[in-house]
Amino acid sequence: MKLVNRDIDKHNVGSVVLLPEEAEDMWHAYNLVGIGDTLRGTTIRKVQTQTATGSVNVNKVRTTLTIQVEAIDFDTQGCVLRVKGRNIQENQYVKMGAYHTIDLEPNRKFTLGKHEWDSVSLERIENACDPTQHADLAAVVMQEGLAHVCLITANMTLVRAKIETHIPRKRKGQCQQHDKGLNRFYDQIIQAILRHVNFDIVKCVLIASPGFVKDQFAEYLFDQAFKMDLKILMDNKSKFLLIHSSSGFKHSLKEVLQDPAVMAKLADTKAAGEVKALDDFFQMLQNDPDRAFYAVKPVEKAAEHQAVEVLLISDELFRAQDVAQRKRYVHIVDVVREHGGDVKIFSSLHVSGEQLGQLSGVAAILRFPMPDDEEYSGDED
Amino acid sequence: MSRHRNVRTMNYEEDFFDDDDVYGHSVEDNYCISPGTVSQFTFNRDAQHDLTHYMGESRIPEEDNEDDSDEDVEPLNDSSGCGRPKLNAVDDAKLNTCLEGMRNILGETFPEHVMVETAVKNNFDLSSSLNQLLSQQDAPKPQRQPREKRRNRSEASPKPPVMLLKDPVPRQTKSDTQAVSTAADDLSSLSLQSSEGSNTPAASKASSASSIAITKPDILSNGMGAVDEISSPDKPETQTDSVVPQTPKKDQMTSVPPLPRSSSKTKEKLNLQKEYEKRREGKDLLNLVVIGHVDAGKSTLMGHLLYQLGNVNRKMMHKYEQESRKVGKSSFAFAWVLDETEEERSRGVTMDIAQTRFETPHRLVTLLDAPGHKDFIPNMITGAAQADVGILVVNATKGEFETGFESGGQTREHALLSRSLGISQLIIAVNKMDTVDWAQERYDDIVKKLGQFLKQVGYKEADFFFVPCSGLSGENLTQCAKEPKLSSWYTGTTLVQQIDNFKPVTRSIDKPFRLTVADVFKGMGSGFSITGRINAGSVQNGDRMCVMPSADNAVIKGILQDEMPIPYAFAGDHVTMTITGLDITKVNMGNVICDMTNPVKVATRIRARVVIFNLKMPITRGFMVVYHYQTITEPAIIKRLVSQLNRSTGEVTHNHPKCLTKNSSAVVEIEFERPICLELYKDYKDLGRFMLRAGGVTIAAGMIEEVLKVKTKDEQAATNY
Repeated sequence: MKLVNRDIDKHNVGSVVLLPEEAEDMWHAYNLVGIGDTLRGTTIRKVQTQTATGSVNVNKVRTTLTIQVEAIDFDTQGCVLRVKGRNIQENQYVKMGAYHTIDLEPNRKFTLGKHEWDSVSLERIENACDPTQHADLAAVVMQEGLAHVCLITANMTLVRAKIETHIPRKRKGQCQQHDKGLNRFYDQIIQAILRHVNFDIVKCVLIASPGFVKDQFAEYLFDQAFKMDLKILMDNKSKFLLIHSSSGFKHSLKEVLQDPAVMAKLADTKAAGEVKALDDFFQMLQNDPDRAFYAVKPVEKAAEHQAVEVLLISDELFRAQDVAQRKRYVHIVDVVREHGGDVKIFSSLHVSGEQLGQLSGVAAILRFPMPDDEEYSGDED
Repeated sequence: MSRHRNVRTMNYEEDFFDDDDVYGHSVEDNYCISPGTVSQFTFNRDAQHDLTHYMGESRIPEEDNEDDSDEDVEPLNDSSGCGRPKLNAVDDAKLNTCLEGMRNILGETFPEHVMVETAVKNNFDLSSSLNQLLSQQDAPKPQRQPREKRRNRSEASPKPPVMLLKDPVPRQTKSDTQAVSTAADDLSSLSLQSSEGSNTPAASKASSASSIAITKPDILSNGMGAVDEISSPDKPETQTDSVVPQTPKKDQMTSVPPLPRSSSKTKEKLNLQKEYEKRREGKDLLNLVVIGHVDAGKSTLMGHLLYQLGNVNRKMMHKYEQESRKVGKSSFAFAWVLDETEEERSRGVTMDIAQTRFETPHRLVTLLDAPGHKDFIPNMITGAAQADVGILVVNATKGEFETGFESGGQTREHALLSRSLGISQLIIAVNKMDTVDWAQERYDDIVKKLGQFLKQVGYKEADFFFVPCSGLSGENLTQCAKEPKLSSWYTGTTLVQQIDNFKPVTRSIDKPFRLTVADVFKGMGSGFSITGRINAGSVQNGDRMCVMPSADNAVIKGILQDEMPIPYAFAGDHVTMTITGLDITKVNMGNVICDMTNPVKVATRIRARVVIFNLKMPITRGFMVVYHYQTITEPAIIKRLVSQLNRSTGEVTHNHPKCLTKNSSAVVEIEFERPICLELYKDYKDLGRFMLRAGGVTIAAGMIEEVLKVKTKDEQAATNY
């Protein structure tokens, strides 16, 4: 993402002009755009024109529109952001107040105006425009009969393919069905890898599984690559890395990212950092429960007492529709920062962020023990 | 609309009660018929199914009762009573029987009042009144007799007394138009009847009427009610209603054209209990799982045992020996008996459960050889969940026993798992005694350490036994110890004797049928095969079952046990069943084949009581776990910590705790990604247990207490399937 122009006054009112460059920037944009903001961008609009004779012509016109946002929709698979709203700047094609949905496109700049730019949003822009944070990797988490092919970027973990097949078990004297089923399963994974992994971008492909499935698969993969002359796999053989995981479910990705071998390769990427922070939190909960808080109320209380050392918070919370709600979370973040605490904003698309989301979305490691008499009865849904 | 006419004139009787009928579940599946047409012209079987749920467990042994045709007569009498001469109860009943018989033969060619008249004239004698009527007028032969009869049956009960019509003739026409009547109507009208029972004959009838209400849906849901009714005249009359004369009925039976299908199925049902008893008198069935740390020698021990028992022929064994020597793993020859996949053999590690059978003097044993490697514990859990008793194999070699036994070793984890999965008795085979020169001190040491641990885990002292042996040399497996170094101090039982000494296990064969699918594969011939252990109830060839959670119907075409076809199977049996009636893709591991009238519970969220083991990280809300239950492993999330319990007393110590730490006990709510078949612990003990694992470690064992949420099919489709 590129920041083209920034025009924010001392009251934090103003607008920025941003240029998204890749899929991940859409995710950032998704986290920036809020309901009630104004968004200006180029878009295609179907325009009806009536000639003097009364015949109607419909043609598509590329035009620049400014809308007031009413609904935001993000498609994780396609990484497309659609923003719906009403036109607030009339032009020759579109009347005032007419509805329009802008699809944000890569490499086309847009202007985002807010009534109040808070610290979290500003930080998000900064992060998004930081070109050093790039570590794309692919991961295949698998077990017999189940595999997830994922792409991991700095802020997103995208499941590109979930392969689930039934493999007949071994039975007395009849192993052919088992072997056949297994080979079919591997073939499907290879297809998924070929289709979804772009080896120009991806630095590393992790293959993780319990037992020997990963070894067996790797062997089969290169065997097939040789047989079928899949050059792209042969050329990138060195990028494959075999890791142990306890199962083939998506949440095992957390274990994979914790593996020292992967840690070394990824060093300091957001995904790995988040996993570590969450791990620290659980460690603290085990060792000293009074220094590990979760759920909004207790954490808020701790923040007021200047007790928070590390705040873990999911970006999901900042996408809250309710402005007051959002302010509340931003306030916690600001308070913690003010008192020298560390704030980690988790991406809700990562596995660790997903788990934090399950854990009410906010957690904190405290500097000193605090009594905690809250009842943890809340249940979001 | 000739297509519709086809439907209307279709002979449902034959189609419905054919074994592999395709019309059985739904007409719309196969033909493009509009729903309106369906409801107009077809018999609404779905509604009938639903009704049986209301009945709950109270299944009435209808098979031998229902053939008494009087059950249909009673309500008829009620509904047409006004147009009849006043009779006493006995005569009334006679009249009904007679009328029913006449109707069966004549259909509706005569108005009812004519029939009543004739019957009374002939003193309720069926044949003579028939003669009279038929001679009166050359009546046209009833053309669609089965269908008419059917209509009679359905029309018989739904008439509430309130709707009585003074003139019997319009009543006939009325019933003609009433093409479809659901069983729900039957029920409501009948209960209405029973509540209104005020006049004297009605009082007695009311009770019988309500009993019909219960049997009826059952008959229909079995899809063979009508068949039984007619074609089993030779069956003993068990109906106790003394008022009903039985004699005319026999006449009527002979005059009814026999239907091709016999009621063999119902007869067999009666025998099931007997059959089971008979089998019990023979050898008791035991499901035995072999567990232990990796490389303890489980497969080799069992392979050698099978060889000594003669279950593996010499030629095969020789082949294994040759081949294993070729790849330089001659010590694995016996393990190859059970480890059959290439991968397992080349790595020398069991990866999946191997299943085989052998016999001891008093027991029929189904052997499940579990993998010992840490990564294959999911498979081990699958095996242990299907077993009644277990053999825990420990390696006596110096250092090896210790690695298996220390925390993180599988000896410890397996013992804990097996206890939590309901394995009540355990043999501890102290294996590889040859490597420690059969030293008694070593054996005693292991016995002491392990005994203490097992007691901690929760085994009673009388429920576990130690046997020293060697899998490789085959010492003390089937024959008493020959090795002088062993026999000098050990005089106890051999492994096989000890297996023979296992106490038999009681099984719940009277509960509704349940089988958790362990494997699905294409078999020979028609349909496909599934394997699994029957958890409860019994099954026989030709039974119609329900596959949950997809709720599809299926017909059991064949049951194989140990490659041999058997007519019936009972709880505890490991069987392979051939299934027809639905597609192979609709059945998956972990699905449950169950009784149609009593389907298994399906849940996406449950409340459970869990016992938490050693944990690296405390369990909080939103903790992601892997849920191991029977044959499935599913990702799940602990959505809520309801309360923390006192481990020994079970009292609530803390409501909504912040987190659960190790060695505690708690009530939690667990949510799954998709609906899962399960049963409550209080209903089915072994189907109510599950294990939770996270990060490759078993963190908790639990019992299902309550089903909280069931996603409907639509909701599920809306989310992602």
